[in-house]
Amino acid sequence: MLAKRIIPCLDIAHRRVVKGHQFGGLVDQGDPVDLAASYAEAGADELVFLDIEATVEGRATLIDLVTQLARRVFIPLTVGGGVRTTQDIRDLLRAGADKVSIQTAAVGNPSLVSSAASSFGSQCVVVAIDTRRREQGWEVYTHGARRATGLDAVAWAAKLCRLGAGELLVTSVDADGTNAGYDLALTAAISDSVSIPVIASGGAGGPQDLVAVLTEGRADAALAASIFHSGRWTVAAIKDELRAAGVAVRG
Amino acid sequence: MIGVVDYGAGNLASVTNALGFLGAPWRLVRTSADLQVVDSLVFPGVGAARPAMDQLRASGLDQGLVEYLHSGRPYLGICLGLQLLFQHSAEDDSLCLGFFAGKVVRLTTSQKVPHVGWNTVDVTRPTPGLEGVDGTYFYFTHSYVVQPTNRDVVSAVTEHGRAFVSAVAQGQILGVQFHPERSGRDGLRLLHQFCLRAVAETRTHAG
Repeated sequence: MLAKRIIPCLDIAHRRVVKGHQFGGLVDQGDPVDLAASYAEAGADELVFLDIEATVEGRATLIDLVTQLARRVFIPLTVGGGVRTTQDIRDLLRAGADKVSIQTAAVGNPSLVSSAASSFGSQCVVVAIDTRRREQGWEVYTHGARRATGLDAVAWAAKLCRLGAGELLVTSVDADGTNAGYDLALTAAISDSVSIPVIASGGAGGPQDLVAVLTEGRADAALAASIFHSGRWTVAAIKDELRAAGVAVRG
Repeated sequence: MIGVVDYGAGNLASVTNALGFLGAPWRLVRTSADLQVVDSLVFPGVGAARPAMDQLRASGLDQGLVEYLHSGRPYLGICLGLQLLFQHSAEDDSLCLGFFAGKVVRLTTSQKVPHVGWNTVDVTRPTPGLEGVDGTYFYFTHSYVVQPTNRDVVSAVTEHGRAFVSAVAQGQILGVQFHPERSGRDGLRLLHQFCLRAVAETRTHAG
C-alpha cells in the first residue's frame, strides 16, 4: 500500500536555509546540504527546496546547490522558486532535481505546464498553488501570495491536471505560519477534483495536524517547515504518531 | 566497468551520483561501440517511451542493447529501463526492444495515477539482486506497468488499488519499476548488490 509522504520544506536564500521573519529580514537556519542529509536520515520521504529570492544572479548558486544536494541525498528532491521556462526546468533536472515546482509562471503561461510535461514527463512537473479563502471557496494568488488572480483554486487545480501536471503542492496562505493546522476543506476539495497526488502545505503545528490532513483532508503528502526546523518535532517522531493513528507511513 | 545508458532525454544524475557514492566505476553508454567495453549495464528510466526508443534507434543503440541482453552480462533496468524490455508500450503506441514477451499498459486502478511515492515491494520468488527487498518500501513514480506474457519472469509485485508487476528477472537481467537511486538506504543497498555482481563479472572477464 502506498505510504503517505512527509516532506520537510527548506526555503533557500544565498545558499542558506532561511526563515522569513514577519518584520523583515531572514533568519539563518543552517546549511541546506547538511540539513537535507539529516532529514533524509530521519526518514523524510522527499525534500522540497524553494529559492525564495529567485533572482537571475542567484540561479547559478541554486544550480550548484542542487548538484551538491543530489550527490549526498538519495531521496526525491523537488526544487522551485522563480521557474519560468522549460530551460529553467531542464537546468534543474540536469543538476539532479527529480521534480521542479512551477507556480507564478503557470498562471501567466499555462502552456509551460503542458510543454514541461511532454518534454520531461509529468512525473517531474509539480505545480504549486497558493490560495486564500474568499466568500465562496478559495482564490489563487501569485508573486509570493501578494497578487490575486481571480482564479478559483479548485477549477485551476482541475485545469492543471488536464494540462499534464504530475502533482499539486497546495498551500493555504491563511494557515501558513499559524501552526494552527492545515486547511482541510481546501485540500479535500482539490484532492477530490483531480486524479493526481496532492501535497498539503501551510499550518502544520504538530502530528495531529498531519494526521488530519492525510485522512480527513485526503492529501497524499504533507509538507511542513517550521515544526522540523525549530527542532520541535523530528520526522521520525511525527511518523511514530502517524503510525499510531493508523496512517500508513514508510518505516 | 558499469555502463549507464544515456539516451539523451533522461536525468542520469541520480543514478550516476548513487554509483559514485557507492564507489563504483561507471561510464556513460551512448553507442553500441560503448557497450563493448562494459561488463554490466544500468538503464535508468525517466521520461516517455516514444522519445527514448526514437533516440535509441537514431543512435543504433537499440540493436546493441538487444545483443547485450543476450550476452549474459548483468543488466539493471529502472522504470523505463524495465518497460523498454517488452515488445510494445501503450505510451505513445511505441514498439520497444522486445527482449521479454508482453506489453506495457497504463496502470488502471481506483487509486491516483501517476503512482507516486513510497510503496512496498513483495518479492514473489527468490531472485538474485532482490535479496532483502521483500516487504521494503521503495520510491515509485510512473503511470504505466509491464504485463509479461510469461508470468515466470515476474519477481515482485506491488499493490496500488490492484497488484501490478514491480520487478521481473531472467538470468542476469533484472528490471524494477521503482527507483532504487531515490529510495534512500534500501535503494542504495539494492544498487550495491548490483555493483557486487558487476564486480564479479569484471573478474570473470579479466580471469
